[in-house]
Amino acid sequence: MLSQGNYNVAHLIGATVLMTGFALLYQRRLGAVLNTFALQALALAAAAAWQAYIQRAPHLYITAGIALVFKAILVPLVLHWLVERLGIKRSSEPALSVAASMVTGVALVALSILLVLPVTAKAAALTRESLALAMSVLLLGLLMTITRRNAVTQVIGFMALENGLILAAVSARGMPLVVELSVAFSVLVAMAIFGIFFFQIRDRFDSLDLHNLDSFREDRL
Amino acid sequence: MRSLLSPAQIAILWQIIQVVLVVALAPLVNGTIRWFKARLNGRRGPPLLQSYRDLYRLLQKETLVATSASWLFRAAPYVVFASAWVAASIVPTFTTDLALAPAGDLIALVALLAVGRFWLALAGMDVGTAFGGIGASREMLIASLAEPAMLMMTFSLSLVCQTTQPAGIIAFVLEGHVGLEVSVGLALAALVMVALAENGRIPIDNPATHLELTMVHEAMVLEHSGRHLAMIEAAGMIRLTLYLALIAGLFVPWGIAPPGVPVREVALGMGAFLGKILVLCGALAVFETSIAKMRVFRTADFLGGALLLGLLATIFLYVSEAV
Repeated sequence: MLSQGNYNVAHLIGATVLMTGFALLYQRRLGAVLNTFALQALALAAAAAWQAYIQRAPHLYITAGIALVFKAILVPLVLHWLVERLGIKRSSEPALSVAASMVTGVALVALSILLVLPVTAKAAALTRESLALAMSVLLLGLLMTITRRNAVTQVIGFMALENGLILAAVSARGMPLVVELSVAFSVLVAMAIFGIFFFQIRDRFDSLDLHNLDSFREDRL
Repeated sequence: MRSLLSPAQIAILWQIIQVVLVVALAPLVNGTIRWFKARLNGRRGPPLLQSYRDLYRLLQKETLVATSASWLFRAAPYVVFASAWVAASIVPTFTTDLALAPAGDLIALVALLAVGRFWLALAGMDVGTAFGGIGASREMLIASLAEPAMLMMTFSLSLVCQTTQPAGIIAFVLEGHVGLEVSVGLALAALVMVALAENGRIPIDNPATHLELTMVHEAMVLEHSGRHLAMIEAAGMIRLTLYLALIAGLFVPWGIAPPGVPVREVALGMGAFLGKILVLCGALAVFETSIAKMRVFRTADFLGGALLLGLLATIFLYVSEAV
């Protein structure tokens, strides 16, 4: 029987992931965003390792390892390198102000709680809070993808969204490793493609501000 | 062995010790933080007792008052000091067995601190110099954001522990009713952020600065001198000690003696309190050394974050209740 204390630690780590999600929304400088993302991945790895311990599911240790190596170390390093290579130092102002996006973030957390609690009424009672946390992380990542103008921060938002998915996956029982492996590798592939896109966008516009892409749109109705 | 004093008398005795303790300890806390910071910067730093000497020196000096100052300017330092002192004496430090404990809950604490701040801002504007006005308006900007955050934090803690009294919260935690809860963690983060802002510590204000454009607190007290300045400085030190004691008391209450225990345990509580304050001083010094001050207009984001953390703490409380 799992004790209440084990779940409380799990929730605490989950809340740390969520807090780093808010910290991502709060940061304005590119370097700080990348470091915060690394921190989030670190917290995610801790969450996965803790779930592996309390569920006695050794394959979750591999998930934790993947999160640690790829997302906490490799992806931030590559993005740092990209930022260095492309010579962009400052993030552009977000499309939505920091304060407004934080308020929206809290609203999204409330929304995900309202969504998750009734839907999972029959699930094991104590995993519901974890699911609510994971859903919030996911929505915050989505919010970040929407509200940032810079391509690098949008990619970070996408990765944060994926962190939310993994958090949900590890807190639900019986998620097979294959799924996580494929998700992790698809993110790496996405990462490579994004890298190429960065170079292409930069070559064409001398900037990573995606505002420039708007001129390629059809006329808006 | 039967006690010589009745429980009420013991509570009054501890209360008197606490009242003296916070005032006596506050400059030492300030000096310790300065010493830690100096060491981290690679300087030798002033001796630990320097803050006492500073206060003594200020008390010896002549008190000059601007010709345009009203009675308000002269009264403010004493009101500020008194409100900080009373506030600090109701936060349990080494024992919850305090005569004033039932009178002071967290909301009263917030109100007492607000009184002090209000008078300080009034005195800043009273003389009519530009810097006093800037300092006062900035202080009010920070306060208007920090206070709701502090109250939100208070509400979520009170919902967990079902009381707004610090002594009650400590007793509730000590009896083991509260595990590692998400809400409590969020409330702790919110309180730390508020404490940094309210005490003019580094991300919001630099306590060591005398550069006009960036200072908040120092700008307000520019016109004060002599014993008035000493009162205000001492009140600032007491407020810092109060917040450290509040963080240590509410979130790491282990060691605080409940009512009706032998003197030995209360002495143990005193030792635990001093240890906790020392650790917090070190943590604050490391934090302040490792980050830079933010622009004045970013404080809204910072304290807005604290408010949202408090709000999230309350939201998650309802989640764990629903589960």
